[in-house]
Amino acid sequence: MERPELEEKVRKVLAENLGRDFEEVTLEARLEEDLDADSLDLVEAVLALEEELGVKIPEEEMESIKTVREAVDLVSAKIEGGE
Amino acid sequence: MTRRVVVTGIGPVSPVGIGLEPFWDDLVAGRSGIKQVTLFDTTDFPVKIAGEIQGFDPHDYLDRKEVRRTDRASHFAVAAAKLAWEDADSPQTEPSRTAVVVSTGIGGLSTMIAQHKVLLERGPDRVSPFLVPMMMPNAPAGHVAMEMGFTGPNTCITTACAASGHAVGEGYRYIRDGIADVALAGGTEAVITPLSMAGFAQMQALTRNPDAEHASRPFDADRDGFVLAEGASVLVLEELERARARGATIYAEVAGYGASADAHHITAPEPGGSGAVLAMQAALSDADEPAEAVDYINAHGTSTPLNDAAETRAIKKTLGEHAHRVMVSSTKSVTGHLLGAAGGIEAAVCALAIHTGTVPPTMNYETPDPECDLDYVPNEARKAEVRLALSNSFGFGGQNAVVALRKI
Repeated sequence: MERPELEEKVRKVLAENLGRDFEEVTLEARLEEDLDADSLDLVEAVLALEEELGVKIPEEEMESIKTVREAVDLVSAKIEGGE
Repeated sequence: MTRRVVVTGIGPVSPVGIGLEPFWDDLVAGRSGIKQVTLFDTTDFPVKIAGEIQGFDPHDYLDRKEVRRTDRASHFAVAAAKLAWEDADSPQTEPSRTAVVVSTGIGGLSTMIAQHKVLLERGPDRVSPFLVPMMMPNAPAGHVAMEMGFTGPNTCITTACAASGHAVGEGYRYIRDGIADVALAGGTEAVITPLSMAGFAQMQALTRNPDAEHASRPFDADRDGFVLAEGASVLVLEELERARARGATIYAEVAGYGASADAHHITAPEPGGSGAVLAMQAALSDADEPAEAVDYINAHGTSTPLNDAAETRAIKKTLGEHAHRVMVSSTKSVTGHLLGAAGGIEAAVCALAIHTGTVPPTMNYETPDPECDLDYVPNEARKAEVRLALSNSFGFGGQNAVVALRKI
């Protein structure tokens, strides 16, 4: 998957799960501070990302994600690692 | 000096209407809210009707993120609380002196069923982190507090079909006893699911009558069970002097509350109605009123053969000869049985009967049953002054709650 397509997919999943408009979920947006995500939201969002993109994200790696861009990077690494 | 408690806001989310006016219009006109089930496929079910909430959008009351993170039971509860608050003209209150008692009989069952399916089909690591906070029965009361910012006592009493009768009673006590000045009290229920429908049907508790509008027939000789329904009802209870001082519309006074147990059987009422008698007597005693003062009883009146006969006996034991002069109606004939939300709906009905001088009818009452021989206000609303009304709620578990409401 090309990077722009992946970015769009991750932003879409996060927007849906965090109850945000797609435009608000920029790559720079911080999950907790800007998108008001709490720890339960993050677990749910990761479940949705795993589902949507067919990857497995271990809990400890998920905890390090602070921004949308980091989420895209992590998913991207998992996809490449899997291929 | 005793603190008196009054009802200043009513917020029904019911099968016969969302918000006070449509709700009351339909009850007085006897228009049924019972229809074919649309929430799931009833092909294999012996019962295919229910009182569903239709035309309800939780986004009118909660932001979209909260809508996703909350069960339907919380959607209804928050809607009912906000409707009631608006009906009370959104009074200024001290948050820590504002209590929330929002009960439920069961809790977030549809969430539990959906996540159990996820567990079985896809494994434990796919289960939503929102399962527990969505299914717990006290979630609706918590969400009402979060949405409205009230930090006073916050509880959920889970006594099946008596749950919100107890909620109104306990909310009244918080204010009377000086613990709070205002209380949002009522209940919510959202269990029109395949699992609960099957369970209630297996108990033989549900009517098998396929004729939706005529299936709930409290006190009629041909009654054969209740109609499952969903929804919520929250009342704004307020200390009398502060309600007067702000010029609030006062529907009625909550004059007394009685609670008891049958200590008999987990689902069947004690046939003589002894537990119900104790609760009605306790409510009258708390209100400092004699049995002869009662004008109207909004019956528990579920339309099951056992309840309606036992409740009739209980009313006769409690009121003696006066029982035959009292108007008794069951609005479950048009709303169906909202389980843990029923008591909140029906306390609201009593307050409105007092306020408007109109008693809503028991619909579908056609054939008298010798065991049920009171004035059930059959099929047509009645204009009558109601000075003192009782709202009866009796739960599986043998738990009984009776709230007495008085004209003021």
